[in-house]
Amino acid sequence: MSPPVIELVDIYKSFGSTRVLEGVSLSLFPGEVHSLMGENGAGKSTLVKIMAGLHLADKGIARMSGQEVLFRSPSQAQQAGVSVIYQEPTLFRDLSIAENVFMHRQPNTAYGWIDYAAMNRAVSEHMSQLGVSLRPQDPVLGLSIADQQIVEIIKALTFEAKVLIMDEPTAALSLEEVKRLFQVVERLRNKGVALMFVSHRLEEVFSISQRITVMRDGRVVGSGPLQEWTTEEVIRKMVGRSLDALYPKEKVEPGKVVLRARDLRRAGVFKEISFEVRAGEIVGLAGLVGAGRSEVARAIFGIDPLDSGEVVIGETALTNHTPQMAMAAGIGLVPEDRQQQGLVMEMTVMRNVTLTVLRQVQRFGLVSKEKEREIAAQWTERMRLKGHIEEPASILSGGNQQKVVLAKWLATRPKLLIVDEPTRGVDVGAKSEVHRTLSQLAQQGMAIIMISSDLPEVIGMADRVLVMHEGKLTAELARSEATEEAIMFAATGQTGSIRDQKAKATSNGQS
Amino acid sequence: MSTESKPAAGGQGWHNVLLRSREGSLVLLIAFMTVLTTSLNPRFISPQSLKDLMLNVSIIALLVLGQTVIILMRQIDLSISSIVGITAFLSGILFINHPGIPSILVVLIAVVAGLLLGGINAALIAWGRIPALITTLGTLYIFRGANYAWVHGRQVNAVNVPGSFLAIGTSTLVGIPILTWIVLILLVVFAIGLRQYRIGREFYAIGSNPNAAVLAGINVSQRLATGFLISGAIAGLAGALWLARFGTVDATAAEGIELSVITSTVVGGVAITGGVGTVVGAVLGALLLSVFSSTLVFLRVPSFWQQAFQGAMLLLAIAADAYLAHRYALRLRVKWSHV
Repeated sequence: MSPPVIELVDIYKSFGSTRVLEGVSLSLFPGEVHSLMGENGAGKSTLVKIMAGLHLADKGIARMSGQEVLFRSPSQAQQAGVSVIYQEPTLFRDLSIAENVFMHRQPNTAYGWIDYAAMNRAVSEHMSQLGVSLRPQDPVLGLSIADQQIVEIIKALTFEAKVLIMDEPTAALSLEEVKRLFQVVERLRNKGVALMFVSHRLEEVFSISQRITVMRDGRVVGSGPLQEWTTEEVIRKMVGRSLDALYPKEKVEPGKVVLRARDLRRAGVFKEISFEVRAGEIVGLAGLVGAGRSEVARAIFGIDPLDSGEVVIGETALTNHTPQMAMAAGIGLVPEDRQQQGLVMEMTVMRNVTLTVLRQVQRFGLVSKEKEREIAAQWTERMRLKGHIEEPASILSGGNQQKVVLAKWLATRPKLLIVDEPTRGVDVGAKSEVHRTLSQLAQQGMAIIMISSDLPEVIGMADRVLVMHEGKLTAELARSEATEEAIMFAATGQTGSIRDQKAKATSNGQS
Repeated sequence: MSTESKPAAGGQGWHNVLLRSREGSLVLLIAFMTVLTTSLNPRFISPQSLKDLMLNVSIIALLVLGQTVIILMRQIDLSISSIVGITAFLSGILFINHPGIPSILVVLIAVVAGLLLGGINAALIAWGRIPALITTLGTLYIFRGANYAWVHGRQVNAVNVPGSFLAIGTSTLVGIPILTWIVLILLVVFAIGLRQYRIGREFYAIGSNPNAAVLAGINVSQRLATGFLISGAIAGLAGALWLARFGTVDATAAEGIELSVITSTVVGGVAITGGVGTVVGAVLGALLLSVFSSTLVFLRVPSFWQQAFQGAMLLLAIAADAYLAHRYALRLRVKWSHV
């Protein structure tokens, strides 16, 4: 076997007191796709960022073709032949594809002018090699995420990248686009590029890679050629613990229907969305990023207008409603992005909690501090918040911030609580507390919609799982049917039985 | 000029069509207004009134060049009017205190003075990391205040300025005032610089996506500083030309023109959010506003309405942009979603 193109040896990295990488070693070989897998927080992204030159490792060395290297900036890494493609491409949307590829290093004509013709030609050549048909002079603004990734790949090729790292490139792509991307990847592999593929999608990983490495809690827990792996083995290594202990959803007999969504449609975002949620139920809303899950939540809450369809809460039908009306009807929404949408970071915990119930804390039209304190204390105690309520929300950990957001919405005593990615970026301890709280709320008769990309979380917590794919509901799975495979199957919009897919994944694993 | 009106990103993307139509619709609007006003008052296209029009628009158009570079980078420079004020008076004082000083030396000194004042903005914004809006609002007042203190009630009059210098603002070449020629030449220089040189494209890149600009290895601070130096130098030149055009300069010279300049630039299609627009469009924006106010004068619209019309034009331009962008976003949403 040929020697590795890039080799990381015993890499350590900490952020403050949090150890993110503890002695990770990894080699990428030419003409090979190496998949890096692991749960959120396993340390994959940090490892990628070290290879990209965005972070410096605390300890450990990197070698390229046997030579020790140290990347202090992304451009150093690029010059050395390491290019990274992120999930969200970082491009200049107002400029042409060719300009994006060659920014800051445009070819010049003899007069020192930019040689647009040469730029367009070079990009065209790469495009035809990769078998894509885009016009180099078109602006990036009109391109889909998939095409934007192609632009990033072409940029990498013009740097003569020896190593190409793709961080969850397929997360926002449709099945068709994934196929096209994989054709491009295949061509690059044949050219001898060493590729690293970070993904959560087992099926993709098994269909495209020659080597798999699994990380957990900042360490490599398994690495080897594809033949040595099965999907079960990958999942077992990734999770490394029993699911039941982490996701303590109590069994509750569902009560009355709380939310009835009928044929919701928003042009170009989602359509034909009909479902019900009963009191005491946790309904998981699964799907890939960009499937339209958060958008459905936003529409139900009245942030984005619906083009058609009906939202009924209890007996109240809401049409053309505002968030204020949704709140009055008993809906609470805990948004995905705590820092931007969920909290006012500079304000105290107390102020954040009472923001939704200002009317309850006022006296003679002014906010009463005593009442504020009383309400905030009541809810934060129930959430077991660590931290003082008169401190700013910004100093709390991610998990505690999430508890503040939950407290803020619980204070409105909603009948229906929509939580969007409730445990993203939250450590394991706080995660199980958030889960316990949601479970308790359901037990007390609250209806909960939980949007989550964390499949084990969905499977562990939800009584029922709705799966979305490209703006449509593709499956409704009872708790007993909701396996990781079944959900991913519906989320990628594939038709056919789940058993077929399982068989395929296994046979891939053994080929 | 038409050869330079290439839009930001070559090709036929919607953006270019939009931009092209922006430049095209500006020309159409200008033509329409000229025809309309001429039909009501034929004196509107008399040689004298055309010359006045060109002279009126020239200094604004010159300042628009610098402002375009700034706005392309998602920044703003409010301090230009104060720099024009200082350098205009400085030019006059040079002629008074040093009789016989060559005009070209005066212009050069004014440009260097503008460069230094722009350098203060550059340092505060690029390295002090103070937002441009705040920095240049501050220096707008500081420079003007310093100017008042320095001028101290004095005035430069046309009699103090050599006739050869005043000729820049009065004599013509092929029917076009020298002052306008200077602006046209610089327009070509800027159009080529922004289109054909790396640094020009990097101004666009920074305004389009500052993070991506950093990842591409562009030294953003340095480019920001360059932009504010350019804007300052242009304002310095505009100061010297202000003296040539009007002959009379006191401490209030050019007060308030920064708003006309920014209005022109935005009406001319340079997006206030950066990354989009051309100097040709921006200069056409200045021309449109100038023609528009002449029209109002010729149509005997009371002068206090003129500012209101200018403001309405700005809002109209921005509303049109927002509307087109919104429609385009909706189309993309439907196109990508497969729903």
